[in-house]
Amino acid sequence: MPEFVLRLYITGRTLRSERAIANLRRLCEEELAGQYGLEIIDLLERPQLGEDEKILATPTLIKNLPSPLRRVIGDLSDTEKVILGLDLLPCAESQSQQGDEE
Amino acid sequence: MSGNENQQPIGKIETGIEGFDLVSEGGVPKGRTTLVAGTAGSAKTVFAIQFLADGIRKADESGVFVTFEETPDDIRRNMLSFGWDIQRWEAEGKWAFVDVSPEPDDRPIESGDYDLGALIARIEHAVRKTDAKRVSLDSIGAVFSRFSDAGLIRGELFRAASALRRMGVTAIVTGERTHEYGDICRHGVEEFVADNVIILRNVLDEEKRRRTVEILKFRGTSHDKGEFPFTISSKKGIVVIPLSGIRLDQRSSNVRISTGREELDEMCGGGYFRDSIILVSGATGTGKTLMGTEFISGGTANGEKCLLLAFEESRDQLFRNAAGWGIDFEALEKKGLLKVVSTYPETASLEDHLLWIKEAIEEFDPKLIAFDSLSALERVSSVKTFREFVIAISSFIKKKEMAGLFTAVTPNLMGGTSVTETHISTITDSIILLRYVEMFGEMRRGITVLKMRGSMHDKQIREYTIDGNGMHIGKAFRNVTGIISGMPQHVATGEVERISGLFEESDRRAG
Repeated sequence: MPEFVLRLYITGRTLRSERAIANLRRLCEEELAGQYGLEIIDLLERPQLGEDEKILATPTLIKNLPSPLRRVIGDLSDTEKVILGLDLLPCAESQSQQGDEE
Repeated sequence: MSGNENQQPIGKIETGIEGFDLVSEGGVPKGRTTLVAGTAGSAKTVFAIQFLADGIRKADESGVFVTFEETPDDIRRNMLSFGWDIQRWEAEGKWAFVDVSPEPDDRPIESGDYDLGALIARIEHAVRKTDAKRVSLDSIGAVFSRFSDAGLIRGELFRAASALRRMGVTAIVTGERTHEYGDICRHGVEEFVADNVIILRNVLDEEKRRRTVEILKFRGTSHDKGEFPFTISSKKGIVVIPLSGIRLDQRSSNVRISTGREELDEMCGGGYFRDSIILVSGATGTGKTLMGTEFISGGTANGEKCLLLAFEESRDQLFRNAAGWGIDFEALEKKGLLKVVSTYPETASLEDHLLWIKEAIEEFDPKLIAFDSLSALERVSSVKTFREFVIAISSFIKKKEMAGLFTAVTPNLMGGTSVTETHISTITDSIILLRYVEMFGEMRRGITVLKMRGSMHDKQIREYTIDGNGMHIGKAFRNVTGIISGMPQHVATGEVERISGLFEESDRRAG
């Protein structure tokens, strides 16, 4: 049972989409290894899901679990903002790691 | 494909919004995006929704509503008051929402590049699902407040506009303005969204709210210029009053109808024309209401239906007055020949008065209509609005080939003209003046036909009296001058004869 449930919404396999997917995979492996589930949803194929989640911009990353729900938009190239946006800070030892990096 | 498109003239699609299709010469450009810009409270959202609602009701075309501000639930509830059952249309697959209204805590973190591809994908999905021909986006400015990069959003909206064009739908996009007269739209939206711009205004004009619509540009196709007043009716939504859009194509009739008084028929050269507008002007107590009443009794005597709109007196008063002149309004109403509507001008704006009056005419379908008095309506509006009202109602009356009689009050007892007259005298076909004449310490009354378009008429000022049988027109005032100017002067008989002799002389010489 993964602790983190993440969904990434994209529109078509564009360069920007691919970049977002790569950035997210890398980040997850670095920060959440073994404790996450990731689903990638292409809105060109499943537009109704975009309707349900009221997605306006793509790529949009939604953290469904643990609550509260969080959204980050963009190609996720700014790792720090993704960590901040997803509330990844308080959990695990990633906090100290990140402090070292800075 | 785009090459073909450019060679074809741009067609139009009727919005279904009453009056708007007339001033826009057929609606909004088909397959294009039109920006509807306005300040807060200028009815942009109603316009955008009505474009879809009337598409469904009048043209059987489905629609997609993209909402950036209000939630679909709010819209469904608010529009029920217009009788638009959006929920039912959704169930029938004729209406689809694309809900992009903000969530309470919805300010996403931005990390790197993004675009509005999701929005475009969702609109496309909804259009396909309902086979929509119309799309409304309300309101586009709200998108800017949700993202940090305005330049990027602008580019994305441009992409959305081209996507709409590719889908072949006709779209309305609303946008906010900060001032009634100034920049077209916030964020410079108009430059990249639309070739076509409509502006809705809601301005204070002499303490009265005045709504207008202006078509600023329709690229490649024609439309009427200027601002047109509109109102929002609970039954129809937006109703535009197409003022200069009114065409003067009424047929002109030579058929005469009775003025209700034989002597006056003679003065008018045989009666009023079937489809004419008559203005009766006089000071208080000169018998304007009586002339209106006789006009109506003359019509009903010939079996014509008459509508009397009273803005000064109650029904009871009117019925009592008529009875005093020997006319039984109650019996006429029972026979279905007469309908009396009495209301205070202050109960509504002039645009709203125009609406219900038109509806009353459509419903009762009278041949004659009397307004008593028109001056009362002037109290509740600015000069401009009043003039527009009179033009609109006159042209409507003429189009219906009805005869209309307006009464107007002059402010002075003696002579003078009223404001009402100066504004509408050119619109009316006939003008009758009722004036007080002071002679030897006595108030007498004079009547004259000032104007009778397309007909010979009596040019004399005749004396008249009023009794229990109505109005009695007698002989001309022979030895009084200055009645109309309000300064009657008695002239000795010898002088009158000398002057008329003078004119005969010069006539002969000229001949």
